[in-house]
This record gives sequence, structure tokens and C-alpha cells, in this order.
Amino acid sequence: MRPVLLGVLLALPALSLAHDVPRVPPNPTYQAECGSCHVAYPPRLLPAQAWDRIMARLERHFGSDASVDEPTKRELSAFLSRNAGRRAAPAGEEPRITQTAWFVKEHRRANMRNPADCAACHSTLKGQ
Amino acid sequence: MKRVVLAALLGAALAAQAETPEQILASYEAQARTRAPGFAGFSATRGQQFFSARHGSEWSCASCHGAPPTGQGKHAKTGKAIAALAPAAGSERFTDPAKTEKWFKRNCNDVLSRACTAQEKGDVLAYLLRSAR
Repeated sequence: MRPVLLGVLLALPALSLAHDVPRVPPNPTYQAECGSCHVAYPPRLLPAQAWDRIMARLERHFGSDASVDEPTKRELSAFLSRNAGRRAAPAGEEPRITQTAWFVKEHRRANMRNPADCAACHSTLKGQ
Repeated sequence: MKRVVLAALLGAALAAQAETPEQILASYEAQARTRAPGFAGFSATRGQQFFSARHGSEWSCASCHGAPPTGQGKHAKTGKAIAALAPAAGSERFTDPAKTEKWFKRNCNDVLSRACTAQEKGDVLAYLLRSAR
């Protein structure tokens, strides 16, 4: 019983995003356009040039058409650059958050069935 | 006074955007009539088949929206919860023509690797309108 309880207590802070991902003011356009298909990933998790590469090919976005009109694209790009992180970008035409050194390190002990599904473990991200 | 005018203008602008699913269906019917000379109406049954079929790609519409699409869906890749698609399940579905077109564009490309025709959109919407909660 006791080891189980200890395990639960140890797991709790590990699943918190609070110390790694500061909140940015929520952007309704970002929530609607990007957060419909996946968690509206915090912009800080990729540097600006990585977001630029993602925004440059939204019509072929990791195998899906995520295209938006030009005014929306400009607004999203501005929001992402403004709140982007400073860590190194993963290589490749489509940089993945899951391939950043930060993600790999933070999740090295996590048993993830689907790394894109943050809310599966981070319950505070449910519905975001 | 100025505020009243502003509110009236805003109200008019919103009214121009907001439509009912039936109005959106009617606009697809008008398109289908002009583009397909043999147009013989929409079919919910055909829409249901279209919705559940995989059109040569990995996904069908139902892969993310579920079948029947009256309950919460789930994105086939990310696992993200998707609100129920059938208008009966939520009042906001198919009330904004621009949003409806945006999603048909994205999702038809994902499922069919092409744009959907007005006939196909109308059939699917007819099916969704028939799907009660």
C-alpha cells in the first residue's frame, strides 16, 4: 500500500507543466485554428524559426490539411513568434516538439502511447 | 446614441454571418443545381455511405467524428476530443458558412485528397441533419 501511495505522490509533480511552461495570454484564434485538432501546444516549446517552418506548409501539416486564410495565418505567425521559445529547433522540414531535447528529457520515463496526446496524462490540458 | 448605432451595426454584421444548417444546405443545393445539370436532390443515405467510407486514404470522416456523429468524436491521430458534429447535438454546428467551408476544404483533402463537390457536401449535411441526438 505504502509504496503505491508514494508512487502516486511522486508522479504528481512530474505531470505538472507549471514549472516548465509559463502561461501566455490565451489567443482565441490560436485555440480555434490549432487547438481543434490537437492541444494548443504552448508556443514556447519551439523557437520562432521552427514555427515559421510549420506555418509555411500548413496545407501539408504532418499529413493533414490545416490551411488557414492569409489574415489568420499572419495573426497566428505573429502570436507564435511573439511567444516562441529560445531553445534549439529540431532538424527537418517539419520540426516536432517531441524531438526537442527538452521534451525527450522531460518524458524519458513516461510511458506514452501517443506523444501528441498531452491531455492523456496532463489532465489540466483536457479540452484545451 | 453612438453606442446604439455601433451595436446595431455589429448585430447586422453578426446576422449576416450566422445561418442555420438548413440555409447552408440550401446554398449547397443552389451550387449543385448550377454545376451538375442532372442534380436530383440530396440523399441522407448516400451521405451516410460517403461519411463512413474510406476514399482510398487512411481515414474516413467517421475516423474522427465517429459513427453516428451524434456523440463526441476523437481525432484519429492526436486523440484530441472533437465536439459532436451533428447539429442536433450542439447548436453551433453548421451555422457559419465560412467555417463550414474551411473544414470541408481541410477534411476533404485529408480523406479524399481533393475538394468535395456541392453534391457530396449536401449529402453529408443531409445525413447529419437526419442524425438525431
